[in-house]
Amino acid sequence: MTAVRELVCIMCPASCTLRVNVNGGGLRVEGNRCPRGVEYARQEVVKPLRRVMSVVKARNGDLPTLSVITRDPVPKECIWLVMEKLASLEVEAPVEIGGVILRDVCGTDIVATRRVRRAATSV
Amino acid sequence: MRLLDYDVLVIGGGPAGIAAAVKASELGLKTLLVENRERLGGIPLQCIHPGFGLHYFHEDLTGGEFVERLIGRLERAGVEYLVRAYVSGIKYNSRLEKVADVITRSGVMRVRARAIIYAAGARERHLFEIGVYGDRPDGVYTAGEAQTLMDLYGVLPGREVVIVGSGDVGLIMARRFALEKAVVRAVVEILPYPGGLMRNVQQCLRDFNIPLLLGHTVLRVVGRRRVEKVVVARVDESLKPVPGSEFEIPCDTVIVAAGLRPYIEPLLAMGVEVDESTRGPVVNELLETSVPGVFAAGNALLINDLVDYAVEQGELAAEGARVFIENKGVTGGRWVRVEKGRNIRLVVPHYVSGERSVVFYARVQKPESDVFFEVPEAGFRLFNYGVRPPEMIRAFIREDKMRALAGRGSITVRVVPR
Repeated sequence: MTAVRELVCIMCPASCTLRVNVNGGGLRVEGNRCPRGVEYARQEVVKPLRRVMSVVKARNGDLPTLSVITRDPVPKECIWLVMEKLASLEVEAPVEIGGVILRDVCGTDIVATRRVRRAATSV
Repeated sequence: MRLLDYDVLVIGGGPAGIAAAVKASELGLKTLLVENRERLGGIPLQCIHPGFGLHYFHEDLTGGEFVERLIGRLERAGVEYLVRAYVSGIKYNSRLEKVADVITRSGVMRVRARAIIYAAGARERHLFEIGVYGDRPDGVYTAGEAQTLMDLYGVLPGREVVIVGSGDVGLIMARRFALEKAVVRAVVEILPYPGGLMRNVQQCLRDFNIPLLLGHTVLRVVGRRRVEKVVVARVDESLKPVPGSEFEIPCDTVIVAAGLRPYIEPLLAMGVEVDESTRGPVVNELLETSVPGVFAAGNALLINDLVDYAVEQGELAAEGARVFIENKGVTGGRWVRVEKGRNIRLVVPHYVSGERSVVFYARVQKPESDVFFEVPEAGFRLFNYGVRPPEMIRAFIREDKMRALAGRGSITVRVVPR
């Protein structure tokens, strides 16, 4: 069985339009200007990965939110699971960048991407 | 009134301003940085997505991570800075004396500086600038406002969203709303191609099945207290709405992602010359404006799509301030004018001396594949697989090549097919 998919390579700004021919276990890529396009197409067809970012509530912080991200890309179908886990999460300030907020979600950790200091006066 | 003396006053505490202040301080100049918001960081502070710093730090950082690194450098360099400090006016007293009145929480102070680096960023375009008529009810936000509400303050501005404009901020916000389970009805773009990077079209729209209406425009917003719907029409090749093609999209929120304009009112008050295509100041290769010793960097100079470029401009302007202060002026013998050639919509700098290396920043008028970016008089060409107006071209030309230009009246920057 053969299926053709058209993808936009997101490896660099050249943004090649890739035509990916999936034939049983094999995979043929056209339209790429460099080998990274093949690598991207393979990953995208077999198991697309994305990093997920959001904000969670920060208690007693100088800002009301802490921004977070999955340390590594997660399978695309995990995006909603990550968002669900983050929806109910609250953290206590201070938090430093890189601090682990939640361990082992879809095979990676959720880490802080913003420095939130403790508020001078609690609200 | 307190009177303070500095070599360099940097106005604006975003990436360009922070980078300028760090560099100026490293060059031995006594520097003060002033920022009107309550925190340093500028736009990236509210950007929770990655894609920052690939060129400058060779790492893929989120906006918050990127600015925190810059702020770390500023603090280690011991640069003086003020937040919640607003520059109410800048006066040019003499070549080596500019005076700025700065309003702070502890009173008004007067800052005397030999050079000024102006890096106050940009403002967002609003509906009245893009010809969207109709009602003005609750529920209309610029993309930056929506981003600030959601990602700094944790407030969701609405649940059924139409986004006007497909620049990168619009695309990123489309995904952001989708992730929070708001319904993004459509992203409406008047041009026949997306305004943002193709990778953002993929990961922000296609990943979430968000419709992108190219060649369409929002005619008007309808709603009494809150937005109820927008009226959309197809446009023809001259971007005029096609009669009879109107349809309605119900929504409770309209996000205006119509691009940025350099915020240069204080420079205009000083009489700087303005480039109609960048809407920013006219500058030489050290980013000095037409007012001696006043430099511009970042989005106040021209709208950048990568923060890395804003940082580079900040550092360049700091180098310019050093040259200016050491020589009591930026030398340029006879300045060579930079002309826009084939498929060039804008280019910075506007004048070059032929004495120094130059970084050109340019945007094309229309998308094109397999082209060279050229400065023929300098014997310079750079191959590009594809150029699109949303993606700025950056080209560094070494001093030795630039020297060949000295004495010419003008040079041309252009894009030509391979």
